[in-house]
Amino acid sequence: MRQGQWETVIGLEIHVQLATRSKLFSGAPTAFGAEPNVQACAIDLGLPGVLPTINGEAVKMAVKFGLAAGATIARHSVFARKNYFYPDLPKGYQISQYELPIVSGGGIEIELDDGARKRINLIRAHLEEDAGKSVHDAFQAMSGIDLNRAGTPLIEIVTAPDLRSAREAVACMRKVHTLIRYLGISDGNMQEGSFRCDANVSLRPAGSTTLGTRTETKNLNSFRFTELAIEHEIERQRELLEVGQAITQETRLYDPERNETRPMRSKEEANDYRYFPDPDLLPLELDPETIETIRRDLPELPDARCGRFLRDYGLSPADSQQLAGARELADYFEAAVAAASGEAKLAANWIMGELTAALNRNNLGIGQCPIDAARLAGLILRIRDRTITGKAGKEVFDAMWESDLEADAIIESRGLRQVTDTGEIAAMVAETVAANPAQAEQYRNSPAEKRVKLIGYFVGQVMKKSRGKADPQQVNDLLRSLLEK
Amino acid sequence: MAFENEQIAGIARLARLGLRESELTAYNRDLSRILEMIEAIRGVDAATIEPLAHPLEISARLRADKITETDQRDKFLAIAPSTSAGYYLVPKVIE
Repeated sequence: MRQGQWETVIGLEIHVQLATRSKLFSGAPTAFGAEPNVQACAIDLGLPGVLPTINGEAVKMAVKFGLAAGATIARHSVFARKNYFYPDLPKGYQISQYELPIVSGGGIEIELDDGARKRINLIRAHLEEDAGKSVHDAFQAMSGIDLNRAGTPLIEIVTAPDLRSAREAVACMRKVHTLIRYLGISDGNMQEGSFRCDANVSLRPAGSTTLGTRTETKNLNSFRFTELAIEHEIERQRELLEVGQAITQETRLYDPERNETRPMRSKEEANDYRYFPDPDLLPLELDPETIETIRRDLPELPDARCGRFLRDYGLSPADSQQLAGARELADYFEAAVAAASGEAKLAANWIMGELTAALNRNNLGIGQCPIDAARLAGLILRIRDRTITGKAGKEVFDAMWESDLEADAIIESRGLRQVTDTGEIAAMVAETVAANPAQAEQYRNSPAEKRVKLIGYFVGQVMKKSRGKADPQQVNDLLRSLLEK
Repeated sequence: MAFENEQIAGIARLARLGLRESELTAYNRDLSRILEMIEAIRGVDAATIEPLAHPLEISARLRADKITETDQRDKFLAIAPSTSAGYYLVPKVIE
């Protein structure tokens, strides 16, 4: 079969660490970066005689996700033991949910490369505890085990096999990432492992409706690695299938250094987790009032906010999407617009242009931006009322970035006010034309289409003379009338 | 007997039990008898019975999200067979 005759089928399992203070079943802290094992208590260690008790906040966060994804929230759900042996799993089982998860169904919408939207169905999202971490290179012939993360609450979000390419998979992952950060249920920090994903990938002949044999690639902890790993896996499977070989159903690990996936030795045996209801834990019951209260407290969600930016502020779809893509950025934008008398277009341009560039240069997030929304609005207002030119605005912006000064103070102290005195500008225009007789002559002898380029030369000269303070449009008009006299 | 000895070996592997080849048949016999008991339960008509997750008819009480545990690492490390620099040490596991 030739290339292009295979259809890719991908489903994701996304693990989201919930932003609770304490663990899912114990009162030990969950903060990242502590000394090894100082945040692992007797319950997390699975010592005899301990009893897990569920963290209500983690339950609430899982419900928030379910409601935001339009899913069904189970009035009755059950915790189960998933049994396997690994050194960073002290109890020999992970407390998870199996037959009756807290969230079922629902879906999210992703935007495809061509701008079309596609719904990705969710199968379920369940609550479970995280495992600890193994350190392999620090101890000779031994592995070090840090159980601080053991028992940290997660939701595992399982998508339907609705994704058809690595790009779609990453778009889906990004959408979930945006959503959980909007909901405030996770910090989504991928470097720290708060948001990671396993990808189930299979191929089938185009047009077929049965699923091919899949592999599961584990622990993808960046958007880029997810895309690369899935692309690699698609290619690997295609090569096997095209020479008539079968795909082995197995768990694979992505190696970013070699950009390849390889089978995980510890998972060679088919998964047999022997789930059963955890006798230590009572079923989780949620009454409809509790669920409704959580629903009422949901923030405005990314899609709704994007739609509102489009409608109320008249932004382009791309701009709306970008600004609504992160809650802090959207909040900043709206605060700036409110403080700048509703000047949305300029605010959007400055935030996505100069501000984002400066943040990126300095490796800062919008939360650490040295210019707050009100101060940026001060600058936008002066550009809008033509006190300064856009060019001078950049100088003001840089000065604001380096200081606590307001735009007005910088404009005054640096004398950046736009020259609006027509007489003063007219004088500069006249001087410039007089100083460049050859160019003026050339302009007059040129056809209209060449004049555009020539007048640019003069505008540049006048702007330089005015140190960027003249209104370029006004200069343009004055030049034309003088040169075409 | 209900199992092949190979299946018994597989179950033992999952449970990390080091059974000798010679023990497989005895374990097979015991496990098969347990399975026979389960078969008897299978005979009961359970179509109208809700699956039971817990024998008590009460539900989980939700705990407040508060840190209530203090660091007792030194005590826990003291009862572990091997530790270093605050870590528990185990024979090397590598993926």
